[in-house]
Amino acid sequence: MATGGAGEMIGQVFSWLTDSAHWRDTPLDTGITTQLLAHIKFSLIAVGIAGAIALPLGLFIGHTRRATFLVAGANALRSLPSVGLLVLLTVMIAPHFHGRTDVGFVIPTEIVLVLLAIPPILSNTYAGVDNVSPAVTDAARGMGMRGRQILFGVELPCSLPLIFSGIRSATLQVIATATIASFVPLGGLGRFIYDGLQQQDYPQMIGGGVLVAALALTADMLLALIQRLVVSRGISGRFSKSGGAAADAVDAAITRAEVAPV
Amino acid sequence: MSLLHAVFATADSPSSASSSPWHFFGYFLDHRSQDLSWLWTHTWLSVVPVIVGLLIALPLGWLSRRYGWLYPPMVSITGLLYTIPSIALFVLVPPLLGLSSLDPLQVPIALTVYSVALLVRVVADGLASVPEEVNQAATAIGYGRARRLFAVELPVAVPVIAAGLRVATVSNVSMVAIAGTIGMSNLGQLFQIGKDLSTPTAYYPPIVLGIVLCVLLALVLDALIILATRLMTPWRRAVPAK
Amino acid sequence: MIRFESASKTYPDGTVAVDALDLVAPSGQITVLVGPSGCGKTTSLRMINRMIDATGGRILLDDQDVAKVEPAQLRRGIGYVIQHAGLFPHRTIIDNIASVPLMLGTSKKEARAGAMDLLDRVGLDQKFARRYPAQLSGGQQQRVGVARALAADPPVMLMDEPFSAVDPVVREQLQDEFLRLQSDLGKTIVFVTHDIDEAIKLGDQVAVLRVGGHLAQMATPAELLSNPVDDFVANFVGRDRGYRALGFEAVGQLPLEPEPTVSLESSFAEASKVATDGWVLVLDAGRHPQGWLAIADGPSAGSDSIDRGRLRRGGTVASVDGTYRAVLDAALSSPTGRGVVVGHDGTFAGTLNATQVVALIESRAGAAS
Repeated sequence: MATGGAGEMIGQVFSWLTDSAHWRDTPLDTGITTQLLAHIKFSLIAVGIAGAIALPLGLFIGHTRRATFLVAGANALRSLPSVGLLVLLTVMIAPHFHGRTDVGFVIPTEIVLVLLAIPPILSNTYAGVDNVSPAVTDAARGMGMRGRQILFGVELPCSLPLIFSGIRSATLQVIATATIASFVPLGGLGRFIYDGLQQQDYPQMIGGGVLVAALALTADMLLALIQRLVVSRGISGRFSKSGGAAADAVDAAITRAEVAPV
Repeated sequence: MSLLHAVFATADSPSSASSSPWHFFGYFLDHRSQDLSWLWTHTWLSVVPVIVGLLIALPLGWLSRRYGWLYPPMVSITGLLYTIPSIALFVLVPPLLGLSSLDPLQVPIALTVYSVALLVRVVADGLASVPEEVNQAATAIGYGRARRLFAVELPVAVPVIAAGLRVATVSNVSMVAIAGTIGMSNLGQLFQIGKDLSTPTAYYPPIVLGIVLCVLLALVLDALIILATRLMTPWRRAVPAK
Repeated sequence: MIRFESASKTYPDGTVAVDALDLVAPSGQITVLVGPSGCGKTTSLRMINRMIDATGGRILLDDQDVAKVEPAQLRRGIGYVIQHAGLFPHRTIIDNIASVPLMLGTSKKEARAGAMDLLDRVGLDQKFARRYPAQLSGGQQQRVGVARALAADPPVMLMDEPFSAVDPVVREQLQDEFLRLQSDLGKTIVFVTHDIDEAIKLGDQVAVLRVGGHLAQMATPAELLSNPVDDFVANFVGRDRGYRALGFEAVGQLPLEPEPTVSLESSFAEASKVATDGWVLVLDAGRHPQGWLAIADGPSAGSDSIDRGRLRRGGTVASVDGTYRAVLDAALSSPTGRGVVVGHDGTFAGTLNATQVVALIESRAGAAS
């Protein structure tokens, strides 16, 4: 295909995105604004539930070094194809809900999203606590801190970079997979991709892709900003001078956790 | 036991229309040639982008290790690429590269982009994991830069790079299935079929078969990489001297 | 005072880390536990603040059995310094030091003020207060570690290889400052090291442990060097111990010889006149020794004055109340063979040669037998 065709397509996508009519709801079509909010809602619920499960669990496993098999078990979930799981749960659950409600699609979607979000948060939280230098926890114990004080006063703040990197990769996965929820079919930005495909309306399909990518990037930047505010400079290594070594160490630790065997 | 029993019982049973989830094996036997062709496509779609991605990532990773100032921008850019959801990248590749929508190359290209994004950093960090004294020893015995890279640095970095390859390959298997939902022919088609056949009542066999084959494929590819790593790093299996 | 009463540690797999250890660490003194790796020295130390619980016998801290005190409560009253300092990376230096007082309920303002004073005490500039541990060198971190352990002013300090991870020059500095600090504070200190030289330098008394957690010998450093109880201790204490033992005994009355001297301002001709064997000792205006002048070196170029650049400054200087080792070293390191001895105010007192010092050492041995 000629590049002229590509340029033309990019122009069409741009005009699809900037047409204010596409952002408003009409009796026939749901607009971008509504779908965007739905997408954000699904994603927030999933990351929230996953965090509520995986964070305390990861902290507990890292602090006590007990039940580490749970981390390996959660990581094994990563080899499940998300779309297959989504279809399976939908055909299992959806028929039990009748009427105009979309609960029958929301429940399987949220289950899949939560299952996807748990492994990165759990394994990174665990790795974060596990990576805290033994000298630091030894010193904390030696000065008379109790288990809870060590966990919340030392281990948690020290593992925040890794925990954030877990939450960020979970959020990205959830936003990406929430797109596929439109395949089952549910609202969200994926609607434009699958509807565009169905109707051979490629500007709409590609416009949907642009929106999903933009949402993912925005969410990641937002989390990066929060991370900057929450993580101590002593750990992130953002001080005026001679801080390179610490920053490198943290980066290296993050990479290690991301590359954890699936 | 009961699971195995169920699988083989349904496989042997003549009622190939059973909608039981355990009937997936029977479904496979009934649609063997189609399923195997999807499995084959799925396999090469999962593997080739990782190999191409590694070939691109090796020089990029080496460069960002060799010239330290390149590392931060390289990691940021590749990290940014990694935040783009796969389905978005699938549909964005054709217009950006001037391909027609639903071009057979769009999925492998998108997956290659992901593999590069993940592996550049892995290669750079892998090379950085080579102890400095090892590098200095190699230089001291007269190895040139290229020879040092291929004879010392890369072999020592193999474990780190292999860990990255495992992540890239396993997540590719899942992403290829997603491409199936936008019409690409691979194991993801089984989910499309299962969904279409599930109105008004659930029809599980193709869905379960798709999940089972995807998981098996991921496990087998993962095991192959582990095996290759072991063969390439015999020193890691050596028992430390007491 | 800390008293081990046949304290033992046996692990579930049967490994004996410490075997019925009896030991007293007197109040206000430094007791060093030293031995090869696997001798149970760190385990013994950690049994005091119950980082490890003893499985037999008991450990008394001022007549209170530590097993009867709740561990966290016990530890808050004991300073604890470890090898890599273990500073909290997410807290500033000042907040690291203030950790224990804050835990004990001191107000933030008061705790930080106290931490500032401690920063001074351990020889760190106050500009470090707002920095993070990652911005400090290993030696600086270790100073903060000591300050943090001192923050709640505990009577007892446990130190586990605190200076082992820093380079030798910094280590020596830290050791000297630690001794100075201890002479001010008079804490009861139990100090673990694998380095016998460190043990001898720092310890008021030294306990040598052997593998398996047995106490081989408990003695003052001088006693350990001169009278090792068995081959194990003798080997561990190492070579040169006869010479090193001389470092613990003051000579007393020194039979000093007079020595012709000149001042820095004297002319070279004057110096050549007083020189006896081609050498003359040069003093400054305050009569502090500056170095030996070799007449053969000649005057400074184009004048008749003494060339300061050519003075031999290599020899060590011993004090009149110095140890045998210091005096012998002064004699052996002097280019003339005559060791320079100074008074308490650093002014020149006289010289002594090696033969004379050896005679002193021999007469002392004869008197002892």
